[in-house]
Amino acid sequence: MTTTLEPILRKHPFFDGLTDADYALITGCAKNVRFRKGETLAREGDSADQFFLIREGRVSLDFPAPHGGRVRIQTLDAGEVAGYSWLMPPFVWQFDVVAVTDVRALEMNGGCLRGKCDEDPRLGYTLMQRFSQLMADRLAGTRLQLLDLYGAREESGYSAHE
Amino acid sequence: MSDLSPSPALPFPLQTVAPWKPEPWVIAERKEETAGVFTFFLEPRDGCAPMTFLPGQFNMLYSFGTGESAISHSGDAERSDGRLVHTIRRVGNVTNSLARLREGETLGVRGPFGTAWPMEEMRGRDLVFVAGGIGLAPLRPAIYHALNHRGDYGRITILAGARNPAEVLYPDELDEWGALEGVEVHVTVDRATDTWTRNVGVVTRLIPRAGFSKDNAAALICGPEIMMRYTVAELVKRGVTHDHIHVTMERNMKCAVALCGHCQLGSEFLCKDGPVYSFDRIRFWFEQREC
Repeated sequence: MTTTLEPILRKHPFFDGLTDADYALITGCAKNVRFRKGETLAREGDSADQFFLIREGRVSLDFPAPHGGRVRIQTLDAGEVAGYSWLMPPFVWQFDVVAVTDVRALEMNGGCLRGKCDEDPRLGYTLMQRFSQLMADRLAGTRLQLLDLYGAREESGYSAHE
Repeated sequence: MSDLSPSPALPFPLQTVAPWKPEPWVIAERKEETAGVFTFFLEPRDGCAPMTFLPGQFNMLYSFGTGESAISHSGDAERSDGRLVHTIRRVGNVTNSLARLREGETLGVRGPFGTAWPMEEMRGRDLVFVAGGIGLAPLRPAIYHALNHRGDYGRITILAGARNPAEVLYPDELDEWGALEGVEVHVTVDRATDTWTRNVGVVTRLIPRAGFSKDNAAALICGPEIMMRYTVAELVKRGVTHDHIHVTMERNMKCAVALCGHCQLGSEFLCKDGPVYSFDRIRFWFEQREC
């Protein structure tokens, strides 16, 4: 028996509100995947032929630290999306994506989806808007992280004022 | 424009009889929390009256010979042993001087001062606590109150952000609270290594995934002002209205009785009119860019 992933795709918040035709079009690019805790979903420098819609569990975006080891930049939970390098040349992963817990996800084939977007620019524009919003949110979050909000400048903030 | 009407009266008559006079309190216990952050458990010296306070209020702690600093209450206002609890971060001369005090030593206490979290007004609502860094300390009395009166509130969500895993404040209590029915706790840090399995990212990113009712939630926020601003924006995206968002604006308190003007923000004396404000009341001044 053949089952379609369309109902699962429809439930994911990132693709919420697409048209029936859109769902039908992109479902063919989706694959159901599972990862065990500690497994790597994608590796920095590898070809970014896909992205992941997280359904269950948590993944992290890790990056090599300047003096060895790995820095965990961000974690993503159910309902979130890992990966946008599939959209832009050179189509290369910028981070490692690692399963922090057991993970269930939909893996979307980037080449397949780019093809659909080329055929249907309206769908392409819709996806571009969503990924632009995703990138803007991530950039805003990263800027706040860079501010070192909870660092030494708290003396003009709260709780202890002199 | 700002609301220039007179500040509302405090919901309780808790201003001290002699607000200028520090009373001697003894450090009964001292606990190291994280690097540079410690907690005093204070008991009144013989003959001194015990103190009552409401969640959100602060005291002026006086390190003799150095000076005073405004420190929020961080203990349970209903605790039966009469101890005052203050969690303090070393940031300047006074708090560094306080940090040198050991158990058995005495410090001066004036207070309590300022407005409280509107716990009565928020009855029946889901509560969303959003804390950044040491901002969890001024929120803790309100969390205790909500847990002590569990039937009065809906779902409780606690979102706590910290710089890194070692600087998460009250980690054991966060775990205890998260294990309670109807209480959801999410902790996130800005920086971590790959051994940290909880959230990484700014605390505002936790808001979309928190399980509160947008139509019936009230939020209490304490942290750096820029963090509070982004938190308010995320809460509004989730449907929480400004009148149900409360922030604490504690800066540069000196006299604590609205005379010296050190804490003045526009028309507001934060030590008396605040530090706890409903966001719709403080919004105008909150959004002004400082020179």
